[in-house]
Amino acid sequence: MLYTTLLLSLREIARHKLRSFLTTLGIIIGVFAVITMVTLGNGISASVQESISSLGTNTLTIFPSSGTGRGGGAPPPPFEQDDVDAIREQIGGVKTVAGQVTSSALAVRNAQNWTTTITGTSNDYFESQSLKFASGRPFTSAEESAGKAVCVIGDTIRENLFSDGDATGQRFRLGNVSCEVIGVLEKQDNSGFNDPNNTVIMPIKAVQRRFTGNQQIRAMIVSVQDGFDTGSVQKAITALLRERRHLAGGQPDDFRIFDSAQFAATLTQQTQQMTMFVAAIAAVSLIVGGIGIMNIMLVSVTERTREIGIRLAIGALGSEVLLQFLVEAVALSCLGGLIGIVVAFFASWGASSALNLPFVFDPSINILSFAISALIGVVFGYFPARRAAKLNPIDALRHE
Amino acid sequence: MTDPLIRLEGVTKTFGEGATAFQALKGVDMTVERGDFVAVMGASGSGKSTTMNILGCLDVPTGGTYLFRGVHVERLDRDQRALLRRRYLGFVFQGFNLLARTTALENVELPLLYRGENRKVRYDMAMAALDKVGLAPWADHTPAELSGGQQQRVAIARAIVTQPDVLLADEPTGNLDSERSVEIMELLSDLNRNGGITVLMVTHEPEMAEFARTIVHFKDGLVERVERSPGRAPAEMR
Repeated sequence: MLYTTLLLSLREIARHKLRSFLTTLGIIIGVFAVITMVTLGNGISASVQESISSLGTNTLTIFPSSGTGRGGGAPPPPFEQDDVDAIREQIGGVKTVAGQVTSSALAVRNAQNWTTTITGTSNDYFESQSLKFASGRPFTSAEESAGKAVCVIGDTIRENLFSDGDATGQRFRLGNVSCEVIGVLEKQDNSGFNDPNNTVIMPIKAVQRRFTGNQQIRAMIVSVQDGFDTGSVQKAITALLRERRHLAGGQPDDFRIFDSAQFAATLTQQTQQMTMFVAAIAAVSLIVGGIGIMNIMLVSVTERTREIGIRLAIGALGSEVLLQFLVEAVALSCLGGLIGIVVAFFASWGASSALNLPFVFDPSINILSFAISALIGVVFGYFPARRAAKLNPIDALRHE
Repeated sequence: MTDPLIRLEGVTKTFGEGATAFQALKGVDMTVERGDFVAVMGASGSGKSTTMNILGCLDVPTGGTYLFRGVHVERLDRDQRALLRRRYLGFVFQGFNLLARTTALENVELPLLYRGENRKVRYDMAMAALDKVGLAPWADHTPAELSGGQQQRVAIARAIVTQPDVLLADEPTGNLDSERSVEIMELLSDLNRNGGITVLMVTHEPEMAEFARTIVHFKDGLVERVERSPGRAPAEMR
C-alpha cells in the first residue's frame, strides 16, 4: 500500500512540476543555507587551526603586563637576559627560550627605502617560530655574543631592497647602522601579530646596543618539548618569574603568558560557535520552507476536494487519503532537501575555493539537514493531510 | 426466493438539529433484487439523492435498517463502508468526476490501485473495461481530450473495472445531449443484461427511465409508488 501511495504522490508531483518546485523552494533554500554556512564555517575553522599550528602549537610567549583595567600605575618592569637564562636552566620541559626586543627603522639600499620592524633575538627564535631559510644561515655564537650587525631578512624586505639579485652577503643601511645580510627567510603565508615577512632579525645584543639603547627584553618565547604539558610548564614559569620579580602573595602577576595552543583552541571554539549561530539563523528558513509546504498543501487539498471525494467514493480509506497527502508533502520536502544538498555542495565548494579556504565536506550536516527536511514534511504535511482524510465524500463530490 | 440484494426498512434521514432540522427521508421501504435495473425518479427535494447516498454507503440513515447482502450497513463505520464500496459498488456521476490531467487508463486503474492489484493485473483489467465501453483506443487520452459522452464511458469503465455487484448512477445522462444519452443508457442496459450487474440510477428524464425494469417514484421523503415493466424479463442471475 505504501508503494501504491508513493506512486500516486510522485505522479501528482510530476503533474504539477512548477508548483512542486515553487513549493519546495523554501526547503531548498533552507537546506542550502544551513549546509553552506556550516561547510564554510568548518573551512574557516580548519584554516584558523592551520595558520595557528604554523605558529608552533607548543610555544609560550611571555610579556610584561600589568593586567587589564589597571591604568595609572607604573609600567611593569621588562625582562632581562637573566630571566631568559633562568627559565632555560630551571624549568623542566623547556626546549628553547628566545628573548626578543623589537624596534623599527628605515631600511635603505641604493635608491630604495622601506620601513621595517627590527627583531632582536637568538637562534632559538628561528626554531620556535618554525622559520625556514630560503638562503644563507642563522647567527653564529660569536655574532650573538658580540652583538654583531648581521641580519636575517624577511621576504618582503628582500623583494623591496634586493629585487636585483641574491641578498646574502650584501649590506644595507638600517637607521644609522650598516648591516650585513647573512640569511633570507622563506616567504611565510601566515599573518600572525606582525608580518613575519616584513622584519629584519638581528642578534639581540646588536639591537639592544644600537637601537633600543638598553638591556631590556620585551618578550620571551618559550618552546615546550613534545610530551610536556604547556599548562604545567606555564605554571612553573609563572612561579619562577613571580619569585624573580619579588611579587608578594597577594599581588597580581605583572606579566602575561600567552599559550598558542590555548589560543588556537579558543579561536576554534569561537569560530565553531559563530558557525552554529549562523546555521541556526539559516535553519529558520527551513521552518519557513515547511510553512510554505503546509500552505500549498492546504490550497491543494481545497483545490482537489472533488478528487478526494472521487477517491473516497470508489473506496479509498481515510487513512489512505491521509497517507497520500502526507507522502506527497514528505516527498516534496525530501526532494527539496536533496536539491538543497546538491546546490550547497557546489556552492560551498565554489565559495571555499574563491575565499581560499579548505573545503571540508561534513557528511553529518548533510544527513542532518536531509532528516530535518523530511521531518518538516511530516510535521507540516500532517495537518493538511488530516483535513483531506476527514472530508465527507458526498460534500467533497459536490464541491465546485 | 433468496433474500433481496438490497433492503431498506423504515429508513429515515434528518439533516441538522433542533429547530433547523430537516427530515429528508421519512421512512423509506424499498427492495432491490439482484440483477434488476432500477430507475429512481422524483422532484428535487423528494429524497431520491439522499436515498442514493445511503444505498451507495456514502451516508448512513438516521433511523431504520439498510441490509446490503445481508449486512447491516447502518452499523458499519466509515472505513468498513469504504471497504464495502471498494468491493461491491461502482459509481457513475452526472459530472463524470474523472481525475484531470490523468489518462483514461489511469482513471480506470484507480479503484484497482486501492485494491492493491499489481501493475500487470491493473493494466489488463483496465484495458478490458475500456474495451467493454468501446474506448480502448483512447486509453492514453486525458479527460480534456475526450468528449462528454466519452468521458462518461471512461467513468463507467472505472465503475465496472472492479466487477461490482451494483452500479450506482446519479443522473448519468444529465450533462449529455439526447443522442449521447441513449448511447450511455444502451451501455448500462447491456452491462445489466449481459454483465449481470445490478444498476441503480437516479434520473428525472422519463425517456431514460424507460430503459429500467423497475421505476421507483419518490415524493416528500417517501416512496410514492413502484412501477414494474412486465414486458422485460429480469436479467440472468449471476
